[in-house]
Amino acid sequence: MSKSVGKSVVRVDAYEKATGRAKYTDDLCDRSALVVKICHSTIAHGFVKSIDTTQAEAIPGVVRVLTCFDVPDHPFPTAGHPWSTDPHHQDVADRMLLNRHVRYYGDEVAVVIAEDEVAAVQGVRALKVEYEELPFVLDVQKAMEEGAPQIHEEYPQNILAHTDIRRGDYAKASQEPGLIKVEGWYDTPTVQHCHIENHGCFAYMEAGRVVVVSSTQIPHIVRRVVGQALGIPWGKVRLIKPYIGGGFGNKQDALYEPLCAWCSTMVGGRLVKLECTREETFVSNRVRHAIRTHIISWVRPDGTLVARKFEAFSNQGAYASHGHGVVAKGMGAFPQLYPCDNLECDCWSVFTNRPAAGAMRGYGIPQAMFAGESHIDDICKAIGMTPLEFRRKNLMPVGYTDGFSKNELYSDTFNQCMDKGMAAIDYQRKFEAYRNQTGPIRRGVGLAVFWYNTAVWPISLESSSCRMVVNQDGSLQFQTGETEIGQGCDTAYSQMVADAVGVPLSDVHVVSTQDTDVTPYGTGAYASRQTYIGGFSIMQTAIALRERILNIAHEQTRMPVSNLDLVDGQIIRKSDGRVLKSLGDLAMESLYSLEHSQHITAETTAQIKSNAYSFGCSFAEVEVDIPMCKVKLLNIVNVHDCGTLINPALAEAQVHGGMSMAIGYGLSEELKFDEKTGKPLNNNLLDYKLSTFMDHPTLQAAFVENAEPTSPYGTKALGEPPACSGAPAIRNAILNATGMAIDCCPITPHVLYRKFKEAGLITD
Amino acid sequence: MYDMKALYQAKSVADAVALRLAHPEAQIIAGGSDVLVQMREGKRAGVELISIYGLDELRGVTLEDDGTLCIGSLTSFSHITRDPLIQQHIPVLGEAVDQVGGPQIRNIGTIGGNTCNGVTSADSASTLFAYDAVIELTGPEGVRRVPIQDFYIRAGKVDIREGEIQTAIRISRESYERTFGHYIKYAMRNAMDIATLGTSVNVRLSPDGKTVERARVAFGVAGPVPLRAETAERLAEGKPVSEETAEAFAQAVKEDINPRDSWRAARDFRMHIAVESARRAFIEAVNRAGGAL
Repeated sequence: MSKSVGKSVVRVDAYEKATGRAKYTDDLCDRSALVVKICHSTIAHGFVKSIDTTQAEAIPGVVRVLTCFDVPDHPFPTAGHPWSTDPHHQDVADRMLLNRHVRYYGDEVAVVIAEDEVAAVQGVRALKVEYEELPFVLDVQKAMEEGAPQIHEEYPQNILAHTDIRRGDYAKASQEPGLIKVEGWYDTPTVQHCHIENHGCFAYMEAGRVVVVSSTQIPHIVRRVVGQALGIPWGKVRLIKPYIGGGFGNKQDALYEPLCAWCSTMVGGRLVKLECTREETFVSNRVRHAIRTHIISWVRPDGTLVARKFEAFSNQGAYASHGHGVVAKGMGAFPQLYPCDNLECDCWSVFTNRPAAGAMRGYGIPQAMFAGESHIDDICKAIGMTPLEFRRKNLMPVGYTDGFSKNELYSDTFNQCMDKGMAAIDYQRKFEAYRNQTGPIRRGVGLAVFWYNTAVWPISLESSSCRMVVNQDGSLQFQTGETEIGQGCDTAYSQMVADAVGVPLSDVHVVSTQDTDVTPYGTGAYASRQTYIGGFSIMQTAIALRERILNIAHEQTRMPVSNLDLVDGQIIRKSDGRVLKSLGDLAMESLYSLEHSQHITAETTAQIKSNAYSFGCSFAEVEVDIPMCKVKLLNIVNVHDCGTLINPALAEAQVHGGMSMAIGYGLSEELKFDEKTGKPLNNNLLDYKLSTFMDHPTLQAAFVENAEPTSPYGTKALGEPPACSGAPAIRNAILNATGMAIDCCPITPHVLYRKFKEAGLITD
Repeated sequence: MYDMKALYQAKSVADAVALRLAHPEAQIIAGGSDVLVQMREGKRAGVELISIYGLDELRGVTLEDDGTLCIGSLTSFSHITRDPLIQQHIPVLGEAVDQVGGPQIRNIGTIGGNTCNGVTSADSASTLFAYDAVIELTGPEGVRRVPIQDFYIRAGKVDIREGEIQTAIRISRESYERTFGHYIKYAMRNAMDIATLGTSVNVRLSPDGKTVERARVAFGVAGPVPLRAETAERLAEGKPVSEETAEAFAQAVKEDINPRDSWRAARDFRMHIAVESARRAFIEAVNRAGGAL
């Protein structure tokens, strides 16, 4: 049997995408579409008093102007979480289609629908919006102070949520004589996903229903949110997701699909399209939570962690979106990564007048790892232990099992990954060689590990559905509710299907598009769940399909099912290995049989009641030019244990992409705001310093393959983990090079200039 | 989709001048890498455009009889970088414009547009300042030549008069001969960026390589328009080639530069980088000139 899983087969969509033939949302939109442009607020907080639409409506080509005074009163949630039938577990419904109470600079207050883009843009510029301004707050801790501007009435001190973890007795344990106290505050920035394709969607009405085609990661979830926002039954909404140009979590939210759908209903069901500009994508979609973390560790001189305190303040921005789940995930990693008996952990998600923070690759873990792994190196500096030695001593031990998720660390993953990373970068020799350098140009190496888990069980629903249909020639189509968003799951799934059914990969056709009218239910691409979760429904459906096929084979060959097998598209008699017939012949006969015609299909929903740890590390080597306040990244390697690799080449590419994000996170990316007005300052790709490949060294990805026992394919998360440990590894390399412990990222020349000046490394 | 009222395509320089006179409110457009961006941002939405992009007579670099280098205003950055005359006489200019944006921008963007846009961060401008370039404008009265220092009036405003278009940028032999230069673009990334600070230094050494005969330094983003640091230039003149001269030269640039405090970078940070860049660019220019520090 030719096995497909484990081979670097060519992406199933490679040809379509490389030749430009693949159709994305905008490619599919008919030219007759009306164009929707949004009028965004130009204040950070306040109320819209009035909107004068007269001039806008007079512009030739403007069809309709709709304002915050026109929208239906259906508050809705936007987070791309599975719906919960328990009201206590439902997402916060704090959104309106357009807002009278504007809560950040860029909030939606009106739309202009016009025959073309120019008229729509002119219309937006011609709107006269009158505001009643209120004080605003951008800083997360200032937002929690008494008397801070109140952003949502129901949330005193702007606290959306607070959760904690208590273990042992922190206060008492920290009194132990001889302990060394290490304390740090660590700040991470607001960053944006910067997927290539901006979010866009179009909508029209057909047979009394509204159809939305959207660049989204979560078609089934968005369908539900559109229904909620418009106040119509969910079956009246049809959501179609074609190829998309990346999402990274931004499109794991309902973005403008509800607004676009509503606009169509307001112009008689005509086709309308709404495409975000890059500037809008930065501000009025979602961003990564900026999180400020305070950590105190009480450590024995031998490196034993005796007591630890953790506080994280998560800047939620103006709306709840994914809300508290993000910082809570980060906090959840803290007691597990370096187990300690005495813990006090608290985290808060706090509304501010910034863009709404939602899901972004890593979901709280890049922030938690920047703080946590920077802090570990600060401990090492304080007690004179090497970063490697400390980690070997304190990291989660083999056999560790989390009481809540039941996740277990089955293998010596951390040491295996660190050993591989060290060898790749010649870490130990360099670490010693780079200590105590002098002079303007210095080099350093750094390491950071990361904690990650796969999918969302047991916090949320995990199920996945799959359908397979056999063609007359023995090839088959399959579809799932899980979405291809560029990460390559269509290819990985095709490989899984080929092996599980017993057909060659060339006979497997993936239905890439999700259409909620047709596609079986699945929640979509997030939580690095696709390969793990999809694997369950593919395996289960393949087993059901094989059973049907072998039963038909029994009818056609008269051999008992127990003596039949399907291998490589051939029906085999197991006892002697004879090929009885091809699957194609079987399917042809089955479909056209005058006695018993059957089309061969299977469809199942898999229940997934497990989750899996997916760990690894990053090693970085930097050269710091002290007078120029610049860091040059010389080398970076990520090592992952994501279980058995389904497609090694795709896995490597996935890691490269995440490493690139981590480099930007560590060194250059940050969305900035004017303190005086709350206005975003750099919401474009020139002023927002997304790293380019000219800023990257050769990215090295390596793997340790410990098969995950809970997965039918031995696989676990790889989507988000690559973005989690790169930034603290770079930070720790700078520490090794210069002795400077930087307490924030991105570590830009501006940051280094202040730090070096303060330390006397440079003088003016 | 761009919000433009009309587009007039010039067929010759004379035609461009006539169009300028006929449509005084119209915006001149060459490669469009600045103008189209501004239109999209709404700053120039709804304008009339006069495109001079088809005027091939404004492309290319020539050496005139008196040794003046003449760069046609529509010469793209990538053509300047690869031009043999530039590589022979003033390679630092080719290196500077090779750091503009990315490859696509360098193919469409022109040196004339870069200077006419009037921004302090233009990668060509500091080197042109450091070489006393002369801007050639053609208008209804014929050709007018303006030293580049006078061409820049204030941020975003240059001296182009009614009916005129910029047709060339000229650098005299006296200015470039026996000089060696180095440009340092200080930016937040290694591509697709604008300069936080641009520093262009060129030196002419004595034949034995031991004395600085002439040193020039110009900056972008050290003031509202590109500028020269003449105190440093005077200080270095006649001095021995040495680390001390490099240091004194670098420190002296602070006398003439005036960077602003903005969210993009703080004034003190830019001052610091200017000194360090001047030092490094001076040393590299001296090395290229065959001098030994």
